[in-house]
Amino acid sequence: MSTTRRGFIRLSAVAAAAAAADITIPGLDEALAQTAPDTSIRWDKGACRFCGTGCGVLVGVRNGRVVATQGDPDAPVNRGLLCVKGYFLAKIMYGADRLTRPLLRMKNGTFDKSGEFTPVSWKQAFDIMEEKCKAALKAKGPTAVGMFASGQWTIFEGVAATKFMKAGLRSNNIDPNARHCMASAVAGFMRTFGADEPMGCYDDTEQADAFVVWGSNMAEMHPILWSRVTGRRLTAKHVKIVVLSTFNHRTSEAADVEIIFKPQTDLAILNYLCNYIIQNGAVNEAFVKQHVTFMKGVTDIGYGLRPTHRLEQAASSNGYPGTDGKPKGDPNAASPITYEEFKQHVSEYTVDKVAELSGVPKEKLEALAKLYVDPKTKIVSFWTMGFNQHTRGTWANNLIYDVHLLLGKISEPGNGPFSITGQPSACGTAREVGTFAHRLPADLVVANPQHRATAEQIWKLPAGTIPGQIGLHAVAMDRALKDRNLNFFWVLCTNQMQAGANLSQERYPGFRDPANFVVVTDAYPTVSAHAADLVLPAAMWMEKEGAYGNAERRTQFWRQQVNAPGEAKSDLWQIIEFSKRFKTEEVWPAELLAKMPQYGGKTLFDVLYANGEVNQFPLTEMAKVNGHAIKGYMNDESKALGFYVQKGLFEEYARFGRGHAHDLAPFDQLHKARGLRWPVVDGKETLWRYREGYDPYVKQGEGVKFYGRPDGKAVIFALPYQPPPEPPDNEYNLWLATGRVLEHWHSGSMTRRVPELYRAVPDALVYMNPQDAETRGLKQGDVVKVISRRGEIQTRVDTRGRNKPPVGLVFVPWFDESRLINKVTLDATCPISKQTDYKKCAVKIVKA
Amino acid sequence: MVGNGKTRAATRRQFLLDAARNAGGVTLVGVGLAFHAGQARALPPEAIRPPGARAEPGFLAACLRCGMCVRDCPYQILNLAKLGQTIATGTPYFVARTGPCEMCVDIPCVKACPSGALDPDLTDINRARMGLAVLADHETCLNFLGLRCEVCYRACPLSDKAITLEQQQNPRSSAYATFIPTVHSDQCTGCGKCEHACVLETAAIRVLPRHLTKGELGEHYRLGWEEQKRAGKPLIEGVTGLPDRMPEATR
Repeated sequence: MSTTRRGFIRLSAVAAAAAAADITIPGLDEALAQTAPDTSIRWDKGACRFCGTGCGVLVGVRNGRVVATQGDPDAPVNRGLLCVKGYFLAKIMYGADRLTRPLLRMKNGTFDKSGEFTPVSWKQAFDIMEEKCKAALKAKGPTAVGMFASGQWTIFEGVAATKFMKAGLRSNNIDPNARHCMASAVAGFMRTFGADEPMGCYDDTEQADAFVVWGSNMAEMHPILWSRVTGRRLTAKHVKIVVLSTFNHRTSEAADVEIIFKPQTDLAILNYLCNYIIQNGAVNEAFVKQHVTFMKGVTDIGYGLRPTHRLEQAASSNGYPGTDGKPKGDPNAASPITYEEFKQHVSEYTVDKVAELSGVPKEKLEALAKLYVDPKTKIVSFWTMGFNQHTRGTWANNLIYDVHLLLGKISEPGNGPFSITGQPSACGTAREVGTFAHRLPADLVVANPQHRATAEQIWKLPAGTIPGQIGLHAVAMDRALKDRNLNFFWVLCTNQMQAGANLSQERYPGFRDPANFVVVTDAYPTVSAHAADLVLPAAMWMEKEGAYGNAERRTQFWRQQVNAPGEAKSDLWQIIEFSKRFKTEEVWPAELLAKMPQYGGKTLFDVLYANGEVNQFPLTEMAKVNGHAIKGYMNDESKALGFYVQKGLFEEYARFGRGHAHDLAPFDQLHKARGLRWPVVDGKETLWRYREGYDPYVKQGEGVKFYGRPDGKAVIFALPYQPPPEPPDNEYNLWLATGRVLEHWHSGSMTRRVPELYRAVPDALVYMNPQDAETRGLKQGDVVKVISRRGEIQTRVDTRGRNKPPVGLVFVPWFDESRLINKVTLDATCPISKQTDYKKCAVKIVKA
Repeated sequence: MVGNGKTRAATRRQFLLDAARNAGGVTLVGVGLAFHAGQARALPPEAIRPPGARAEPGFLAACLRCGMCVRDCPYQILNLAKLGQTIATGTPYFVARTGPCEMCVDIPCVKACPSGALDPDLTDINRARMGLAVLADHETCLNFLGLRCEVCYRACPLSDKAITLEQQQNPRSSAYATFIPTVHSDQCTGCGKCEHACVLETAAIRVLPRHLTKGELGEHYRLGWEEQKRAGKPLIEGVTGLPDRMPEATR
């Protein structure tokens, strides 16, 4: 090196200072450039593997191995910054126990449910899968097979899987782990706006005057986005932050106003805000008149528990079969009301009543309300799992939109409600592709015959291929497995046996029941893999070509950088390869096949992927698209199939949304860009939807148009506060909330294999108020049992840690596979979104 | 749980046995041992004494080398120095990077000490002063680089007191904040959890003996803002000023 280290640091510091002051120092760039780059490393762009923020990274490869990563200094999301998980991206693929061969439970050379995991060939693996899948189909039809999908899948994987399940096997039993994470946000968007995903984008953070964070510990869970929010406050001293939560966490620490409310009473606070806006004449009347309609939702909707539960038997509108066998109402139903009726509905939520109910001092409630109504304050509301993982999660989403719609503070820079996603492609894959049991791509749904027809036409399938019956959602899948109604189950890219609620009672029995065959595809031997019958080794992250869509509608592509270890293969390859095992005659009824007799004798691979669309791009295309980055580029799936499969899948899928306000950019362009925010129309990204000038789908003179709904108007919903299903009582006398920590991603299957991250946070602790500990005779560090009506775990007490719960509530993170807190949690869901409430159940804590 | 109680106990027994054997042969190596003893008085900076340990000369004089504190440490982080180490043989210590003090609220090591080498008056673990954390390397600390790490801050048993996060604008990209972990010596116990948790190959934050880390202001200078705060009013009174002369237009 021609410059010493100290000299370099000095130069860097000068450069940083110069950059901050926007001045050029002659000779400086040359001097920095003298510290020659390491040319042995090939760098290419990618997206971080972890959260929904979607930070851009550069991935460095040497000798077929990812040897380094860096935050992409030019990435618009993160400008070269990452969190501590992102710092370790280079290590996540290289855990010592990567799965490299298919493993089947065997005894005496054949499959045995109680056998030992034994390495088998891919052929053997697909043989047994084929046998079990076809047996289930033959016995009970398509409803007996299911797939558990992932918001961490690439877009291509989502597309291939949706086609395989919904069209190929004709089963809508495909649902993503995003059900646990974003389903309430989706239902909220669909009910209020008729279109999924946020109207705004991260650029809002640099424009807002106030941030209200509801049920979101952004400081830990969306670290770089939080760094941006904090950056805004540092540059603009007037900016205020309010944090609402059921316990004090790292985000609350930064709040100007911290509001700790009793679990579930966020519903009351939101109604109070609506009432305050109306009572104080702060309604944006012109906006409301032009762009809003009012509706009242049904209310006696139950809690998504099993139909036999007393709460469900009492509920009149939970949609479950009643005594006459007919569904008891529809929890999603709503009827039009007038503004006056809405006013009347919220009028009972006075400051006194809500302060009493929520335990929040009146002054704080009023401070929050004043911040919202101040006409000079541009305000962004952020939320994540506090709203979404909620037995009234859809309502909470609807109600925050009520607040913004009444004020007209929406769909413009710095003003708007912003639902943040948890997973890296919850938006891009789970939601946009529609890997949910009720969805199809681009906001289409299986229950709508026209939508199915659109899908069948794009996919070149006979009319009537896609079933109209909504499939099993995540929680229903577990129950169906346990009840032996779902007998072939394939879990990919997610750790269901750690992530789902009420594991011991509702999930594990179904996995281990000899009536069922469970396949788990993963890169590492997770808890789910251990509970499976067949484990398939997966290629991960940079071992495959990928595409993710982040929380601000930004689609980000990357190229395959390295090969997967051993015989590990991508989920994409596994799904497509498995499709070759099915002849159309075996899975489609004769009358369906008669509509397109040319498909007779063909495999599902032929009709789904070799359909003239997906296979339209020859391998020569790959160099054309990617040659600027990697000479002679090739990826493993395309090489195996003989065509550029990712491009074919993407371009076919993108037809759903192009021209329909979901325009994804062309495939080639996405491989050149640092992510693009849809709708991409006329070569331009869209930063704010529904507003003229920003959104190409709003015509001149329309101003604002919520075009997701036929009348172009958004809906303000009248929805009440209702109590949660399992409040603490004399025996189970504490609330349990679960969640994540910054250092670990979800179930920890990647981050717990990074030694430094494991050392930083090795175990999940129970965070407890010191007073609660004292009344139970406990102290810091004591080993305790956290017990609910469903199960228990053993861990240590932490009374001084990162989370500081109020008296009456404890918090346990779920990343730790040696302490499965989901044995304790309750599998109650929002009856509309079917998303589990992981934030509220009753537990007791005793010394172990 | 790190380690295994039985092997640790066995190690201690082994040590005592070794020590006894060594005592037998002591006359043979008397000169050498005297030299070693002199060297061992210079405690290496990474060796941290248990909570409540008296200042080093006093501690060495009082410590019986009995190992009772080691035996009673529920997290098994305490070691007894062996012959040949540059730590007085038989005295207890821990190394933050490999096993920090868990700061038990009942402080069993102090309770176990029969000699008072660990001060029995220490009843509040938050008042322990085993060492002092110093964010030693600003060049590699991820937080200074703008990354969102702060692992040390969250690992700190007294986070928001002993370590706070100071927000600053990121000089490379002003739209983002940096969160700088800042140690407060009046609160830091020197438990070493921060150094242990630091994710770097070599920790950027270190726990060191207080005398190696803490600066000392001269008696001859007082901090005006603190003095004023303490007094609750300006230290001098009866001072007046005159208005500034300004152009008419600016008034």
